[in-house]
Amino acid sequence: MIINHPLLGPRDSAEFVYMGDARLIERPDPESDTVAEQFHDYAYLRDNPAGTLRELWFHEGGDRSWLVVTRDTRTHEISKVELARDVARSKGRSK
Amino acid sequence: MRYSGFKVIKEALSGHKGWKPAWREPDPKPHYDIVIIGGGGHGLATAHYLAKVYKQKNIAVIEKGWIGGGNVGRNTTIIRSNYLLDGNEPFYEFSLKLWEGLEQDLNYNAMVSQRGIMNLIHSDAQRDAFVRRGNAMILNGADAEYLNEAQIRKEYPFLKFDDQRFPIKGGLAQRRGGTVRHDAVAWGYARSADSHGVDIIQNCEVTGFKIENGVCKGIETSRGFIGADKVGCAVAGNSGRLMGMAGMRLPIESHVLQAFVSEGLKPVLPGVITFGAGHFYVSQSDKGGLVFGGDLDGYNSYAQRGNLPVVEDVCEGGMAIMPMIGRARLLRMWGGIMDMSMDGSPYIDKTHIEGLYFNGGWCYGGFKATPASGYTFAHLLANDTPHETATAYRLDRYKTGHMIDEKGQGNQPNLH
Repeated sequence: MIINHPLLGPRDSAEFVYMGDARLIERPDPESDTVAEQFHDYAYLRDNPAGTLRELWFHEGGDRSWLVVTRDTRTHEISKVELARDVARSKGRSK
Repeated sequence: MRYSGFKVIKEALSGHKGWKPAWREPDPKPHYDIVIIGGGGHGLATAHYLAKVYKQKNIAVIEKGWIGGGNVGRNTTIIRSNYLLDGNEPFYEFSLKLWEGLEQDLNYNAMVSQRGIMNLIHSDAQRDAFVRRGNAMILNGADAEYLNEAQIRKEYPFLKFDDQRFPIKGGLAQRRGGTVRHDAVAWGYARSADSHGVDIIQNCEVTGFKIENGVCKGIETSRGFIGADKVGCAVAGNSGRLMGMAGMRLPIESHVLQAFVSEGLKPVLPGVITFGAGHFYVSQSDKGGLVFGGDLDGYNSYAQRGNLPVVEDVCEGGMAIMPMIGRARLLRMWGGIMDMSMDGSPYIDKTHIEGLYFNGGWCYGGFKATPASGYTFAHLLANDTPHETATAYRLDRYKTGHMIDEKGQGNQPNLH
């Protein structure tokens, strides 16, 4: 698989480490009343579709940036690659 | 119809005209007491033990394609019970005991071959860990044997003992481990279940569940609605998709694992070798092919095919430990889809929906577990309580802090 890195261009997926479901960006509020329940779901329950999945890849063998890759789990076709930083900021996170 | 040597001779003399199909092809009835989704090894084993051991009636197995067409036909056929933790070892030892009696139980030749499995040791730390594991196995009634380098040289003289990075210093052997003809497991269970009155319904895809007020009333399928008092799901690889239809998110990711077969060779490899440090394992099938595998590709996939970097990695592992493998040509390779759970251990449990039961999360150890998985899932379906060897496989164990993490990797499914 070739991942089209937004900054570095096309890179071999073997340079990356895989972290799965991109919902891991959305860490629950630690001050919430249902914090135990929320962190259980955050840490252990995953979206696992046969189809389009947004997922985290870490460019360990490159510039060490985190990417959000949109990929079809049936064909391995990649339709979109974003910097995880940009995705987090678009959700109102500071970094 | 029972199979026997006498029957084979009789049929040979009469032109083989008396053989009948090994199971029926019934149409689905409008309602069953118990419906099992998934006509693979685990689903068919569940049906067999439900009917034969737990004396349940009115059972159906629903399969979207043909039976035995999923992971039971795509694995590397190894059986063993060399686990460390209390939640796992009694279960896998129960499974190995069931394998030992399987062919008599089913009246079917599954080619169970207890040729032994050997985990190789390369360092003092690894020796300590394997000796500890061997002791845990013996405490749970399994067999385990520590071998030093000289003993392994005698049995496997062709391994690379003097590798710079991973010199072979010993091994943990389980003599009762071995291999089984995987397709015959599915067919044997199917034939036995059918003879006990179970309806095996192929080419029938589940499209949804009928759930009213938190109670599962049956399933919607491509061949119409089928009512059921209890529904058991055993579709590992596709658990996320199926349980998603019931509105559940699972502690599971689906990953692709590749396996490989070389061209046929004369007998060269007496048992099963595992090279854990390089993540490579190999055995030789009765047809002569070297059957081997290694790591997951490492990303979520339903594609049943992997990519080339892992092919290279697995073959490097083979060359590192068993250099003569470089003389054999690769004949076939394929991929299967694994339910990778968050702690590397499976689930056999009720769900929060009444009448809906779940069996999955087998990571890449599902084949060896087939008999015990079926037996304990049948126990759960029949009695609503877990079997004594499967009490730890709860879906809520991350909430209660009772993970069963053999490798201590944490909630990173592609590392288990």
